[in-house]
Amino acid sequence: MWPDDPWYDVPAPGRCAPDGVAAAAPDSRTGRREEQGHSAADVYLEVQRSAAFREVRRRYRRFVVPAVAAFLLWYLAYVVAATTAHGLMARPVAGVMNVAMLAGLGQFLTTFLLTWAYVRHARLHRDRAALDLRWDTQEMTRGAER
Amino acid sequence: MSGGHQTLALLLFSAFVVVTLAITTWVSRKRRGSAEEFYAGGRLFSPMENGFAIAGDYMSAASFLGISGLIALYGYDGMLYSVGFLVAWLVVLLLVAELVRNCGRFTLADVVAARMAERPVRTALGVSSVTVSVLYLVAQMVGAGSLVALLLGGTGDTARSWTVVGVGALMVIYVSLGGMRATTWIQIVKAVLLMAGAVALTVLVLVHFHGNVNTLLSSAAERSGQGGDFLSPGLLYGGSWTARLDFISLGLALVLGTAGLPHILSRFYTVPTARAARRSVVWSIGLIGGFYLMTIVLGFGAAALVGSADVRASNASGNTAVPLLATVLGGGEGSTGGTVLFAVVAAIAFATILAVVAGITLASSASVAHDLYASWRRPGTERRGEVGVARAAAVGIGVVAIALGLLAQDLNVAFLVGLAFAVAASANLPALLYSLFWRGFTTRGAVWAVYGGLIPAVLLVILSPVVSGSPASLLPGADFQLFPLENPGLVSVPAGFLAGWIGTVTSPEPPDEAKHAETEVRALTGAGAV
Repeated sequence: MWPDDPWYDVPAPGRCAPDGVAAAAPDSRTGRREEQGHSAADVYLEVQRSAAFREVRRRYRRFVVPAVAAFLLWYLAYVVAATTAHGLMARPVAGVMNVAMLAGLGQFLTTFLLTWAYVRHARLHRDRAALDLRWDTQEMTRGAER
Repeated sequence: MSGGHQTLALLLFSAFVVVTLAITTWVSRKRRGSAEEFYAGGRLFSPMENGFAIAGDYMSAASFLGISGLIALYGYDGMLYSVGFLVAWLVVLLLVAELVRNCGRFTLADVVAARMAERPVRTALGVSSVTVSVLYLVAQMVGAGSLVALLLGGTGDTARSWTVVGVGALMVIYVSLGGMRATTWIQIVKAVLLMAGAVALTVLVLVHFHGNVNTLLSSAAERSGQGGDFLSPGLLYGGSWTARLDFISLGLALVLGTAGLPHILSRFYTVPTARAARRSVVWSIGLIGGFYLMTIVLGFGAAALVGSADVRASNASGNTAVPLLATVLGGGEGSTGGTVLFAVVAAIAFATILAVVAGITLASSASVAHDLYASWRRPGTERRGEVGVARAAAVGIGVVAIALGLLAQDLNVAFLVGLAFAVAASANLPALLYSLFWRGFTTRGAVWAVYGGLIPAVLLVILSPVVSGSPASLLPGADFQLFPLENPGLVSVPAGFLAGWIGTVTSPEPPDEAKHAETEVRALTGAGAV
């Protein structure tokens, strides 16, 4: 392994990307018809405007924005309920379990679930396309520096 | 208590010190002295190794002893901390880890300064990062001193002072000689020990109740003397509206502060790619989540088996709940099993403190050398001296932390951890998030966001009841208290975000479109990442 190789990455054990992903990746090679003589700044501006990059960004934001809003609201609701709505939180559910205990364990559970969902979404819908864009952008900036 | 557990605890702890010093020597033997090596450990750690190291950096003795103790004393309200500490990792995973890994080199300021006028932004973020680190560090140093007094029964002031000095000296040695590589391995060893200890105690508690959580909880409620109230919120934060708002403020600081802690952010640079950074966060969420679930079992276990009254009699803030629980689980006071388990818990708690202070010292020395020194040295001076400055800064920070730790050792410094999280959430996080996600963000906005969060946070604490105006304050004689809450987060976090926004919209210079494009493309694709 070569320490400076940005592609060196250990695959997760037992987690191979399904073959269908490649088809889902957008065509990132549209930026290739770039003329020589551009500066690196122009390259980044051009990549930022490309359809492939906008697609990666859209996929990232479409997952992250609602997810962050949801878990922050759920956490704040939990903290506010725990400090103000004592009656509701103390209501028994089963055995010694009450609403407060279930809500607290629910926070743990949702954290684990959201972690799993995020990683899966990134692996299936974003990683491949981002990797292609990275190749292309680096090739273009190298061309621009020459 | 007999001296048996003290000797054993000291032996175990000495073994940890010897192992970690051996790691440091072995690592520094083949060091190349480059900045890459010192700040980022060569960037070749695997996601699993880094995940353990992140968990090691994050799970302090305050979590292990403090949270379980709060649960043993106040039941459900102690659990609120565990939830906040864990949920915070979603902010790190979704918004920060991968993007920071892709755009930065060594510190938080690298990410923000890439889009801005470098010097003012680096200075601001360097100042706030060092502030966060020093606050956190002093809390840990004072905690180390009190732990010795608590666990080894050596209540003498000399023993405590020497512990603070010893911990400070060790952390300086680890960091200045071994850099990030040694610090990472120390975190990994410590995380494994801490998890093993927590798992062993949790299993013993569950075996004691035959795996029946219902029995565990109901006998905890019974022995606490509070009955059913013990299992629902309100015992600790149920009093006045000030106390309730105070907890909401702390909860906000906890959940947003983690993503702005310099010693956590610098860990993402030790892995080769953004995907590896993501996977290390997944490892650490698994470890941290599992750990906090176990602290809940341990806390209720201590309430059920030791009893809240006995825990309170041993230490008013509950810090000895887990060691007492270990003694009971091992067969009671005076038995061999009890002595061994107590000693193991004490040694793990020491190891935890030592590893956490090393991580923070490294991060703050990086802020001093890479952000403050590098942006203020005379132009033309060679960059090569930076690692030397970082090593010297580690010594300097060690001396400052030892001095402050000795000065503060008789004070109640529990608020310092909450304050460190509040400063990280109000100064570091707004600047970081705006620069990653806001096209129009400018240099003035970045500088205002940092100072607009940092200054209110520190000022509000000075004007709060922790400094003056109540018998438990740092200055019980004086009274210049104006702000009712102990944690400033509720005001200072919005202040930081607001100041960043105002600074940006009133900015005379337009935002740099090209640099924003570069940051955004690099953040999301990893192009040009080091």
